[in-house]
Amino acid sequence: MSVPVIHINNVSKKYKNTDFFSIDQLTLEIEQGEIYGLLGPNGAGKTTLISMLCGLLKPTSGQLEINGMSFKKDAKKIKQAIGVVPQEYALYPTLTAHENLMYFGAMYGLSGENLKTKVAESLAYLGLEKFTHKKIDTFSGGMKRRVNLIAGILHNPSILFLDEPTVGVDVQSKNVIIEHLKKLNKNGTTIIYTSHHLTEAQKFCTKVSIIDQGVIISTGTPAVLIENTDDARNLEEVFIKLTGSALRDYA
Amino acid sequence: MHKLLSSTYKEILLLSRDMGGLVILFVMPLVLIITITLIQDGSFKTINNTKVPILFVDNDKGDISDKIFDNLKKSDAFEIVTQQDTILITEESAKASVLKGKYQLAVVIPKNLSSDLQKKVNQNVSKILSEFGVEDDTISNLEPIQAKEINLYFDPAVQKSFKNAVINNIDKMISKIESKSIYEAFQKELSDDDSEDNPLLEESNFVSFKEINPKEGDVEIIPNSTQHNVPAWTLFAIFFIVIPLSINIVKEKNQGTFVRLRTNPVSYLTVLGGKTITYLIVCLLQFLLMLAVGVYVLPYLGLPPLQVGSNFSTLFIVALFSGLAAIGFGILLGTLSNTPEQSAPFGATSVVILAAIGGVWVPVFLMPKFMQLVSNISPMNWGLNAFYDVFLRQGGLKEVLPEIGLLLLFFIVTVAISVVYDKKKRAV
Repeated sequence: MSVPVIHINNVSKKYKNTDFFSIDQLTLEIEQGEIYGLLGPNGAGKTTLISMLCGLLKPTSGQLEINGMSFKKDAKKIKQAIGVVPQEYALYPTLTAHENLMYFGAMYGLSGENLKTKVAESLAYLGLEKFTHKKIDTFSGGMKRRVNLIAGILHNPSILFLDEPTVGVDVQSKNVIIEHLKKLNKNGTTIIYTSHHLTEAQKFCTKVSIIDQGVIISTGTPAVLIENTDDARNLEEVFIKLTGSALRDYA
Repeated sequence: MHKLLSSTYKEILLLSRDMGGLVILFVMPLVLIITITLIQDGSFKTINNTKVPILFVDNDKGDISDKIFDNLKKSDAFEIVTQQDTILITEESAKASVLKGKYQLAVVIPKNLSSDLQKKVNQNVSKILSEFGVEDDTISNLEPIQAKEINLYFDPAVQKSFKNAVINNIDKMISKIESKSIYEAFQKELSDDDSEDNPLLEESNFVSFKEINPKEGDVEIIPNSTQHNVPAWTLFAIFFIVIPLSINIVKEKNQGTFVRLRTNPVSYLTVLGGKTITYLIVCLLQFLLMLAVGVYVLPYLGLPPLQVGSNFSTLFIVALFSGLAAIGFGILLGTLSNTPEQSAPFGATSVVILAAIGGVWVPVFLMPKFMQLVSNISPMNWGLNAFYDVFLRQGGLKEVLPEIGLLLLFFIVTVAISVVYDKKKRAV
C-alpha cells in the first residue's frame, strides 16, 4: 500500500467577514505518486484547499500534514519539499525567462552551474530555448504558462501543486505541459491539480475528488466515478450529475 | 546569504529596467537641487547684491530727497527709475505700474519733505538748547509741522520677506539722514567753525556689526545657499525613493510573484532585505551624486561650491541612516497600499509634507511653536539636523549619534509594522 503524503483531517476554513465555510470539515488522504485532481465548480473551495496545502492560508480548524510535517512546526521544510504553480503568471514581466527562473531557483536554495543547467534544460524541454533571454512581457500566454510551470519545479519537488496550469493556453502548449507533468510524475512527483478541463482531468488524473460548497461529494479514479454514476459516459457528465447545472457565479 | 544576494540582484535588475523610476531617483533630484539653489541664491542676491529696478517719484525736490535718491542709487539693492518714456513719473503712474507688476516697488517722496524736516530738526534742537539755556530765543510760538510719510507701493505679488528687507533698508537710510540733519543742526548752533573738515560731532557709527561663524580648529565653513540646499535637497531626494519602492512592492503583490515567494522557503525579511540593500545603494549613489554636483557643477553655474569639510565618513553615515529611514517608510507604504494609484500619490504627498515639517523649505526655528514641535516627528528633520551638524557645525559621529539613532529606530519600527501587518493580512 502506498504512503499518504498529504493528510487532511477534518479541516475547515472560514474567511473573515463571511458567514459560511469555504472548506467544511474536509478529510482526505493523497498517496505518493498520484496525480490527484481536485475538481469543482467556481467557488467550490478548490483554490482555498490548495492555498492551505501550500501554506498561503491557515485552516480555521483541523489538521493538515504534508510528508508527515505540519506548517506550524516545519513550514520551511514543507516549502522546500513542495512546488507550487499558481493560476496567475507569477513572474516578473520586465525580467527575462532566464532571470526569472534563476531568481526563483535561488529561492529554493539552488545555485551556480547546477541551477544554470536546470534552467537551460527545463526551458529547452518546454520549447522555450530560443526565448531564454527574452523578457516575459513579450511572451504569449502559453509561453508564460510554461515558464510559470518551470519556476515551480526547478528544485524537483516531491509534491507539486498546480492551480489550473493549462487555463488560457493553446492546444500545443497544453500538450507540452501535460506531457512534462506526466514525466515528472513518472519520476516520483506527486501531483495535486485543479482544473475546469474535465476531459483533460479524465485522461491525466489517477484519482479525483469532486468538491462542492467546501465538501467532497465524490472520490475515486475517473473510471470508477464514471462507472458508478448512472448514464454517465465521461467525467464531465459525472460532474454535472453531482454538482447540478445551476450557474455558480460568486463575488 | 545566497537568497539575499539573489533578491538584491533581482531588485537591481527590476530597477535598472524601470526608466521612470530611475528618472525619479537620479535625474529629478539633480534638476531640483540645481533649480532650487539657483533660485534661492538669486533671491538672496535680490535683497543683498543684484539691483532691483524701482520707481522713484520726487515731489520734494530738496536736499533730503536728493540724499535719499543718492543713497538708493549708491546701495547695491536698487536701480532707480525716475522716468518712463522720457516722461517724469508721477505718483499715479508709479502706482499703476506697480499694480500691473511692471515694477516691484515705487518710492514716493512727499512735497516739502526737506524743508519740513529741516524745520522740525531745527525746532527740536532749539528746544533742547533752550532747555540748557544755550539758546535765548523763545520757543513757545513754534509753527506746528505735520509728520511726513514716504509712500512705498509694493507689487502685491512681492513676498513679505522682500518687503521687510526693503522697508528696513529705507528706514535705516531715513534714520541716518535724520540723524545727520540733527548733527548738522547742533553743529551749526554750537560751533563757530562752519567748516565740514573740522566737525564738532562725529557722525560715524560707534557701534557696528561683525558676522563671525563659530568654528572649531582651522576649518571655516561659510553658510550659503549651496551649503544649506545640498544637504536639504539630498535628503529630499533620498526620501523620494519611497515612491518607486512602494510601487515595486505593490506591483509584486498584484502580479502574483509575491504569492509565489510566500510558497518558497524564503522569509519575508529576506525579500525585504534584498529591497533594502538595493535601495540603500541607490540612496548612497544619490548622495554621492548630489555632493559631486555641489562641489563640481554648482560653481560652473555661478553658485558657491559645496564645502564638504573633513568629516566625509560621518556624512556618509548620515546618508546611510537617512536612506534606511526612507526605505522603511517605502516598505510600510508598499505593504499598506493595494494599488500603485494609492501608493504613488500618497508617497509623493507624504514626502513633501515630511520635508515641509522637517525644515527643508522653511527653517524650523522660523515655524510657529506648534509646528516646531511637530517637526520633531519628521525623519527628514532628524536627517537634516545631522547633515547640518556635519556640514555647517563641523560635528563628528558623536554629535550626530542621537539623530542617526532616531533614523535607525524609524527604520526598525516601520519594517516591524510592515511585517506584522503582512502577517495579519495573510491570516484571512
